Amino acid sequence: MKISPEEVAKVARLSRLDLPQDKLELFAGQLGDILSYMDKLGELETDAVDPLYSPVSHTTVLRKDAVSKESTRDEVLSNAPEQDGKFFIVPRIV
Amino acid sequence: MSDLYKKTLSEVAAQLQSGELKAVEAVRNCLDRIEATEPRVKALITVTGDTALAQAETLDAEGPDASKPLWGVPIVLKDLLATKGIRTTCASKILDNFVPFYDATAVVKLREAGAIIIGKANMDEFAMGSSTENSAFFQTGNPWDTDRVPGGSSGGSGATVAAGQCYAALGTDTGGSIRLPASFCGIVGLKPTYGRISRFGLIAYGSSLDQIGPMTRSVEDAARMLQVMAGHDPRDSTSVDVEVPDYLAALGRENLDGVTIGLPEEYWGEGLDAEVEEACRAAVARMESLGAKTVPVKLSLTEYAIATYYIIAMAEASSNLSRFDGVRFGHRNKDASELIDMYTTSRTEGFGDEVQRRIIMGTYVLSSGYYDAYYNKAAKVRRLLREDFDAAFEQCDLIAGPVCPTTAFKAGEKADPLQMYLMDIFTISANLAGLPGMSLPVGLGKDSGMPVGLQFMGPAFGEADMLSVTECLERNLDPMPMPEL
Repeated sequence: MKISPEEVAKVARLSRLDLPQDKLELFAGQLGDILSYMDKLGELETDAVDPLYSPVSHTTVLRKDAVSKESTRDEVLSNAPEQDGKFFIVPRIV
Repeated sequence: MSDLYKKTLSEVAAQLQSGELKAVEAVRNCLDRIEATEPRVKALITVTGDTALAQAETLDAEGPDASKPLWGVPIVLKDLLATKGIRTTCASKILDNFVPFYDATAVVKLREAGAIIIGKANMDEFAMGSSTENSAFFQTGNPWDTDRVPGGSSGGSGATVAAGQCYAALGTDTGGSIRLPASFCGIVGLKPTYGRISRFGLIAYGSSLDQIGPMTRSVEDAARMLQVMAGHDPRDSTSVDVEVPDYLAALGRENLDGVTIGLPEEYWGEGLDAEVEEACRAAVARMESLGAKTVPVKLSLTEYAIATYYIIAMAEASSNLSRFDGVRFGHRNKDASELIDMYTTSRTEGFGDEVQRRIIMGTYVLSSGYYDAYYNKAAKVRRLLREDFDAAFEQCDLIAGPVCPTTAFKAGEKADPLQMYLMDIFTISANLAGLPGMSLPVGLGKDSGMPVGLQFMGPAFGEADMLSVTECLERNLDPMPMPEL
């Protein structure tokens, strides 16, 4: 399967990545090879098969409707690139 | 330097409990060994020498505690397990300065058992790789031959144990990332059943595949580590609430009478290096001489496992790694004047090539128009793969085969990503099916002189049987030497 550098650029944008042209071309070739390899799954008949998304069956885990404080504001903010002691600071949005 | 580093975790734990060895001595010895070997092996991103010594002094002041099975034992953690107050990088520039304010549940349990964390191990960035060449910081060398890779992605964990820098390390295994480095480094690596150990505090790569497990120098050591970490955790909805057996009680069997080992023909055929096949077949023959019966089994979908795995893993990775946006933690580009631009520049600067490749691939296979053709198709094949295993386990107790078609390769030898992905051919099926898998060192390759691992896979939550059989085999094989360093 062929994938063009333009297609890679589009998916990269969706992934919030901005890649230079040489890397787009490199990835396009590599992703084409990988997708061609993955196309072999088309050999298998799976119409009647239910997908398996996880090896264990997940049930919705509900905790008690009670307030608990497992971490402090300072802890949560401790790794923020920019914060004012109360909030995460990000570039202006509007 | 004393030869203390050559002892197993079980031996050292016994010495510590008896008071024959002080925790401070155990830690100092490991730190000395790290100093002596680390310039060549480069297994560790962070060494926590001072805090480890302080913790050891506290333990020594209190005295040995029989209720803490790992009292005073120095261990290393893969650097994607959250450790309170200790930098946790995932071997990525994007988390270069991240210091968690909480411990992963597995780490909490190890600390409660008395273990002392002496360092965080190098790895492939975000656990994406099979050689530890994808670390953003440096490459780790295989202690048997530092020009060769230690395997990946838990290559730092494998190398630090093999080099005698600690008595056990934790790795994580998404597609073979414990078993492959264990095989390449000549140690024991156990990937438990998905859900056996809580994944809380593990920085996720492929959430439906990742599992934490021990890397040690003996099967008994692996059993001790698993015993401490196994069990349900309400903080992790993927951890399973089933009883934890006594893994140590399962050890010590005299022979393998009554054990049936399945040999999948797909694992023992073409493409296997002669030296790997020879070492693995010799170990299987040893099992037969101990009373085990071997039967051929079919895992006929093996050739589809890699495509299935990489679609699912990359899809999950693209979703998991979306949280790295420069807002709450991690690297942020300082020049961006607008929010979306900040996300994009921070991620572009922070992620390495392999991570970017997998994020793009994962986004692609999840995108509308391709979702059914790739992700949903892979999820369906995943069910067929598990049914393959269910059928195989009707004929045998455990499945055995090589971990990898080759021994450790030279750094830089596999430059093509697809070529590297194919190294996982024998390990990834266990992750897709959620089953336990283990690598046991069975000797050195005749040509390369590098370690060879024999892989065992078992039914879900069958770790006790797996440990029981492998410990018996281990006792009846020539002892695995340590590398000369």
